[in-house]
Amino acid sequence: MTADLDELISARHVVICCGTGGVGKTTTAAVLALEAARRGRNSCVVTIDPARRLADALGVEHLTNQPTEIEPELWNGDAGTDIVPGGRLSALMLDTKSTFDNLVNRNATSPEQARRILDNTFYRNVSGALGGTQEYMAMEKLHELHDEGGFDLIVVDTPPTRHALDFLDAPNRLTRLLDNRIFRLLMMPTRAYLRVASVAVQAFLRTVARVVGSEVIQDVVAFFRAFEGMEEGFRERAQAVNALLADPRTAFVLITSPRRDALEEATFFAQRLGTSGQSVQALIVNRVHPSFGEESPAGLRATAAALRHDPSPAAAHLALLYDNLADFREVARLERDHIENLRATLAGDAALAYVPYLAHDVYDFGALHEVGRHLFDTVPVQ
Amino acid sequence: MKVMEVADFCSTSRVLIVAGKGGVGKTTVTAALAVAAARAGMSVLVVEVEGKSGLGAMFGTTGLGYEEIDLGPGIRARFLTPDAALVDYLVSHGLRRISKRLVASGALEVVATAVPGMKDILVLGKVKSLEESRSADLIIVDAPAAGHAISFLLSARGILDAVRVGPVRKQAADVVSLLSDPQRCQVLLVTLPEETPVSEVIETAFAIEDRAGVKLGPVVVNGCFEPLPAGVGASGAAVLDDARACTRFVSEREADDLAHAAAFRRERHHVQHEQIARLRAQLPLPQIELPFVFSPDITHAQLDVLADALTRGIEQL
Repeated sequence: MTADLDELISARHVVICCGTGGVGKTTTAAVLALEAARRGRNSCVVTIDPARRLADALGVEHLTNQPTEIEPELWNGDAGTDIVPGGRLSALMLDTKSTFDNLVNRNATSPEQARRILDNTFYRNVSGALGGTQEYMAMEKLHELHDEGGFDLIVVDTPPTRHALDFLDAPNRLTRLLDNRIFRLLMMPTRAYLRVASVAVQAFLRTVARVVGSEVIQDVVAFFRAFEGMEEGFRERAQAVNALLADPRTAFVLITSPRRDALEEATFFAQRLGTSGQSVQALIVNRVHPSFGEESPAGLRATAAALRHDPSPAAAHLALLYDNLADFREVARLERDHIENLRATLAGDAALAYVPYLAHDVYDFGALHEVGRHLFDTVPVQ
Repeated sequence: MKVMEVADFCSTSRVLIVAGKGGVGKTTVTAALAVAAARAGMSVLVVEVEGKSGLGAMFGTTGLGYEEIDLGPGIRARFLTPDAALVDYLVSHGLRRISKRLVASGALEVVATAVPGMKDILVLGKVKSLEESRSADLIIVDAPAAGHAISFLLSARGILDAVRVGPVRKQAADVVSLLSDPQRCQVLLVTLPEETPVSEVIETAFAIEDRAGVKLGPVVVNGCFEPLPAGVGASGAAVLDDARACTRFVSEREADDLAHAAAFRRERHHVQHEQIARLRAQLPLPQIELPFVFSPDITHAQLDVLADALTRGIEQL
């Protein structure tokens, strides 16, 4: 049995788009949200870093960190008859820092505590787009929208990290940082930090300070101390995010191109997801070459070689054409083999959809809908 | 005018940093460049900074790690992780005792968060010491995907602002002098002849030159279709005309397939040509075009073809 991409956007509450950079993830996320709105749902796409023209099309160029509804005329203008009325489409562009600031403000026991954290140099580095924070905040934003947004469907684009799965682990990172043994010692209340720390810890910190300078250590210590009393709130939030990711109404969609490196990364991701008890519900392969018939590349090349014995210009033309066809047949065959291999490693019921190589980049609603038709009308690539 | 040889080009600076957006074929260009330089008689060290790059697979090996391995005649490679680079550094500076602990306790994680660019500087610092010890004629660094590439190259200057004393600051100062010396280091940008990658490479180029102060070499435009001669295979009927003219039998269906494949190539070539022209107009850097490889897998055979194209491209600079 094959799961249906249609079912995902019609019935699920959260769709998370994963994959490496450069495979059209942001565009695909926008397409899924758009198609859900066309089916009458109230959908929102959380984009991370859209190409400028796509951002313009979505109207997210000047957006804040809050969802903004996109005028229906913009996206259902070319309507046709297949639109279910009542759908709404919103988009937001993730602002990592203000999402993190909100989280701190919400969890702080007093405005003073929030201020101490927000002003800390270490915090400002943490909350910039560094080391998994963007992933963490994408998940935080997802939870916020789930709690407060009133959306039927939230589609999340994930950051273009080399390792597409960083975000799975991201909510646990800060709590792990807060649990760090040495820094827990530093957070012990009421006494100056170096006095309570053991001699060994002091020696250790002095060495660290020798390597990076003592100001850095002071910032870190001040940060951890400012955090006192808030860890529990953060830990609970991380658990809530994990629960939302594990919810049966949450679906993971793996987006890839048919290139080998992208597919290897996708395979790795699917396995990693499996170890957390989740599975990939759909595989979307962008930029698939058309296959132009059924003949074997070797046969076509043999024909081209034979034609080259004929000195006439017409034969020379044909030889070029046969070689060209052989090239594209070869690409098509290898791409399909690779995709089949990946599919074989996924749970048996994952949906598979192709989007062919398009002549132009996708940066308006007309083009987004064209991709949508490839995904949902399952237009065969051949 | 003297023709630029690969050996001349590759010895312009001892460190070449290959950078570009994810999916443009950075690692492929890195590998092809290594092959071209090795053919010209140079010893090459390829440095990977992100795991799972596929570099090993291109040369038919696996298990690229921190220790150097041979990828082929004249080509060695290693994968530099910040953790291992830090331990290396501390050990060579008489801090062996704390090095393991710094990594194992998670303190590096905390310090790296406190000091943005800390991990990058550890890796670049290691590249610098490899350069200073002349461990190869040419060191090719397969940089992180663009966006990250800019912060990777800016990390040293950032550290100089954030860390005021100590060996890390010294390391950063040394890295800045490596990066800003065109005799020692230059950046090769890689892109695809498509809209978004071209726009991004233009932005990246200006950011690298203005903010990081690193010399830019030519832009490598990867995946270019060579054009078919005008009029060849313009339609199924035209194919059948050619077939009749040289008395070969071609079925109508096959004629259509041949014409469709030709049209697809023309269309791709046309789009690419526009983007290459836009790149030339907006970014005043020489370009080297590499052909589209009709195989999703890159192995020795494809690397040879690409190395040939790189060699020709360099000779035409």
